[in-house]
Amino acid sequence: MKPRRRQNVASYVALIPAFVIVVCAYLGTMLWTVQISFTDSKLLPSMNFIGIRQYERLFTTSRWIISLENMVIFGIGLILVCLVLGFLMAAALDQKIRFENTFRTIFLYPYAMSFIVTGLAWQWILNPTLGVQQYVRNLGWTDFRFDWIIQNDRAIYVVIIAGVWQASGLVMALMLAGLRGIDQELWKAARVDGIPAWRVYLNIIVPMLRPTIITSVVLLSLAVVRVYDLVIALTGGGPGISSEVPAKFILDYLFGRSNIGLATAASSVLLVIVLVIITPWLYYEYFRPERAKGGK
Amino acid sequence: MKRVARALLGAVAMVGLAVGVAQADPQKAEVFHWWTSGGEAAAVQEFAKAFDAAGGQWVDTAIGGSGSTARPIGINRIIGGDPPAAMQFNTGKQIDELVAQGLIRNLDDIAEKEGWKAALPPAFYDAVTRDGHVIAVPINNHGQNWVWYNKAVLDKAGVAEPTTWDEFFAAGDKLKAAGIIPVAVGGQPWQLNLMLNAILLSEGGKDLYLKVYRDLDPEAVKSPEFKKVAEIFGKIRDYSDPGNPNRDWNVATGMVISGKAGFQFMGDWAKGEFVLANQVAGKDFGCILGPGQKNFIMGGDVFIFPKLKDEAGTKAQDLLATVMMSKDAQVAFNAKKGSVPVRLDVDNSALDACAKIGVEVLQDPDKQIPAADILASADVVQSLTDVVAEYWANPSMSADDFVAKWNTAVEQAK
Repeated sequence: MKPRRRQNVASYVALIPAFVIVVCAYLGTMLWTVQISFTDSKLLPSMNFIGIRQYERLFTTSRWIISLENMVIFGIGLILVCLVLGFLMAAALDQKIRFENTFRTIFLYPYAMSFIVTGLAWQWILNPTLGVQQYVRNLGWTDFRFDWIIQNDRAIYVVIIAGVWQASGLVMALMLAGLRGIDQELWKAARVDGIPAWRVYLNIIVPMLRPTIITSVVLLSLAVVRVYDLVIALTGGGPGISSEVPAKFILDYLFGRSNIGLATAASSVLLVIVLVIITPWLYYEYFRPERAKGGK
Repeated sequence: MKRVARALLGAVAMVGLAVGVAQADPQKAEVFHWWTSGGEAAAVQEFAKAFDAAGGQWVDTAIGGSGSTARPIGINRIIGGDPPAAMQFNTGKQIDELVAQGLIRNLDDIAEKEGWKAALPPAFYDAVTRDGHVIAVPINNHGQNWVWYNKAVLDKAGVAEPTTWDEFFAAGDKLKAAGIIPVAVGGQPWQLNLMLNAILLSEGGKDLYLKVYRDLDPEAVKSPEFKKVAEIFGKIRDYSDPGNPNRDWNVATGMVISGKAGFQFMGDWAKGEFVLANQVAGKDFGCILGPGQKNFIMGGDVFIFPKLKDEAGTKAQDLLATVMMSKDAQVAFNAKKGSVPVRLDVDNSALDACAKIGVEVLQDPDKQIPAADILASADVVQSLTDVVAEYWANPSMSADDFVAKWNTAVEQAK
């Protein structure tokens, strides 16, 4: 009994620094941010409380509303397409094909690039007077149109395309690792029973990949919430303000427009959204007592 | 070999040490700025040279990127008690809170001794004074409401320099017929806002401009004159090309230089691009303040001097402020930067044809118009750029909707 308790005490003591850092650096700054959002802080933080006026302004600003809508569209689009593409690529690579290493590198390569590079490259590819559209027109198809990047209601889908190009390789790598972890006996058994391969994938493999899928979704959602540099390089939030995103709104008001109050109000809203959506779901996935160990 | 190298190194160090001692400690000043592009860095070197020659020692702290990257870093240092000796800001209200907090030195003595009030355009003198005290050194005067055009292209299409908006659009039609993009637009919000301000001043006139930006008067925005401005701005959509969204300003300038486009609305920093392409002002490319009423929208940069604890640092600041406002340094710096000296009493004979037009207009105090950033807070001005960008990108939005959104944005941000 005694040595064990001593060991526990020691481990708690060892955890204190990490605990202090978590409390001060994460929770402390979070609370401070929320507090500032109720003040009229401009360039410098002040403690002059004005109630929910910043939030009222926030939700009557069309740019913020557009930003939130875009985050939802971008989030759903990016996560769905990445999961499907990533899984298909992983399944294809898992067929013991030749040059697997080469393909894996090619698929994963975009992930090694910064969003800025991705954004600039796609900006040129999709620019109607320089890129694909002009190229196809020069080939002879003169009324070919692919100018989403300059259309108000399509620009955000261009951001999804570039995002998918970059991130689906990562999902592929995760999925491939998951597929490699599946027992080969399972395939043999399925073959004996004469089950077609697509059914095995859909009804057996995908459910077994559940932890991998969750990991991918969490990683992708993080990318969705903080998407900033991709939009800057690709569309600059345009045309007009039609592809603005929340992170860009916050950074613009925090620095360029020196309105800390409004920027912290916006980031508090973002924080609440993340907590409301992600927390119950993560709890459900990881902490449900009966399935806690059952996933694998 | 290694030993020889080490000995040499030691010798060099000794010489360095000796020189350092001999110079009887120069007045050291750390200068914080974000001028890192080619022409800008060359310009700031002129200040450094002049300061070193006057017995100072320029310690350069250049932060790459734009002002919005560098400013928070500098502000953090000032608030955190480790201020640089001098820090760059844009002319305008960015510095107000730092001044209100008492973090910035008052430069009244130097300003009086050097006669700044007489030398500066009144709007600039006002822009660096708060409650009657001078708190910053203005550095340069960038004209923001220029229209640049390619002379060869206009001649070929049989178009003369337009002097009214009707002539401007007639010229646009002719250019279109000749297969040329009439206006090279960079569809980024700040560029669109510059264009709108140029139209506002030339069509609506000085009084409307000041009512809209200085007084933030909602009635002025609702006036038929402002709506006319909005309509002219909207009409330019039909005279630009579909590739304009998110186009950088220098790319748009490049379209004018290469003859793909006729006109561009841009500040005088665009001149640097023409000069780099070996074009001559007044010969290869032309410039208009207008069309319509000729005024000069003045923007620029200032240096502020945070309060320092040590006496020596404060003395170095005095020297630095004096050097930056001296006539020679002003001319040398602004020639490289592409702007006009802030002092009106310097020798302007070396300026190019376009800068001469600007200086001539500037002689009339009535035509010295402060930029929007000087008149209104960053929050107001930049929230308005969102409205302008939204209007530009959405041709189905009416001028009335634009006016309503404008007033809402002002109401919330002021």
